[in-house]
Amino acid sequence: MAKVHVATTINGDAVEFLCEADETLLDVLRDELHLTGSKEGCGSGDCGACSVMLDGRLVCACLVLGAELGGRAVETIENMADGEVLHPLQRKFLEHAALQCGVCTPGILVAAKALLDKNPEPSETEVRYWLAGNLCRCTGYDKIVRAVLDAAGEMRGELTHAE
Amino acid sequence: MRYEAPETLDAAVALLAGADGETRLLAGGTDLLVQLRAEMIEPALVVDVKRIPELCAIAAEDGGFRIGAAVTGAELGEHAALKAAWPGVVEAAELIGSTQIQGRATLGGNLCNASPAADSVPALIAAGATASIAGPHGRRQAPVEEIVTGPGETSLAKGEIVVSFLLPARPPHSSDAYLRFIPRTEMDIAVVGVGISLTLDESGTCGAARVVLGAVAERVLLVPEAAEALIGTAVDEAALARLGEAASAACRPIDDKRGTKEYRIKVAAVLARRAAQIALERARRN
Repeated sequence: MAKVHVATTINGDAVEFLCEADETLLDVLRDELHLTGSKEGCGSGDCGACSVMLDGRLVCACLVLGAELGGRAVETIENMADGEVLHPLQRKFLEHAALQCGVCTPGILVAAKALLDKNPEPSETEVRYWLAGNLCRCTGYDKIVRAVLDAAGEMRGELTHAE
Repeated sequence: MRYEAPETLDAAVALLAGADGETRLLAGGTDLLVQLRAEMIEPALVVDVKRIPELCAIAAEDGGFRIGAAVTGAELGEHAALKAAWPGVVEAAELIGSTQIQGRATLGGNLCNASPAADSVPALIAAGATASIAGPHGRRQAPVEEIVTGPGETSLAKGEIVVSFLLPARPPHSSDAYLRFIPRTEMDIAVVGVGISLTLDESGTCGAARVVLGAVAERVLLVPEAAEALIGTAVDEAALARLGEAASAACRPIDDKRGTKEYRIKVAAVLARRAAQIALERARRN
């Protein structure tokens, strides 16, 4: 079977690739485009480690076909820092030690950014529900939730306890 | 596997009708991609319907709403007017999976995947939703309760596509509610689900009701006997008790890891009473 030719936008750049019809967006990102920040945890949409933005919506890259991407826009974790300058969420995850093994972290950062873009002042409950599709087997989630709330406060221009 | 993403319904129907071997429609993909990866299915052709405008829109129609079969849960949740008119339908759709799943999962996919535990299906049937279906012989309309015939099985013929759902206009003092029981707070499959839609008259008497149970049979069940327990009453304690009895009596569940038969039968009564009370409170405010 001939490969599918796809012209799309990834992290603001026009990108073309060839993929098999049954290859997922996650396969394409990692194996064709060498954007390996998005991780494969479960491959079935349960763990959220492959979370990316597709046309402004948070999705699991393992549940999207690469062939679907023609004319769409994808944003991955690689687009989060501004060059060497970390996004406030990334910085707060380091400050709060909100990661251990790190496999879930890119997906959680992408998901948390999607939340704060939509709701700059989420409650703890809102953070926990929003991130219910991002599994972490190391931290017990508490530090992750603290880091997201702290980053949200900083991004709103409020002083935080670190300052 | 071949992938096609037609931009018209006619092209999609022609692709399906002309295909040899197994075909699958791709809407949100949240069930399809899992089945592909697990090699539960090996389709020769996958037709992505998300480039067909009619499947992707929510529009006002005849005082109600027409919802494209490929509209996502996230889009439903963001539609204030739809949520006000049909809170039960929207809350059912929003219960499906995580934020990530909500960005993709669709009403058409939830229906046609034909799980007996599909959350949005009891709410759609309670709403009296009609599916608009395109096929090789043109369009037909069917009540949603006629689409699924058993686990993974539908009444759709080869080449047929569920295009959209029509939710009818609401009389005053009408509302709906969907409740499901799961043993955790999020991200699980219904042990029992109940969708109820009802309309009150000016005196507060229930004039019309539809009661629908999920996950207690081989398919979602519309239960007229349960609705009759509410119709003509003020939805008082006695009516709610009869509703619960009728809901339990309609159950024909299996034992599985999520719950035993006896448990599901008992929970169906409890959830039916609670869902009716929520729909009642909402209807009184409309």
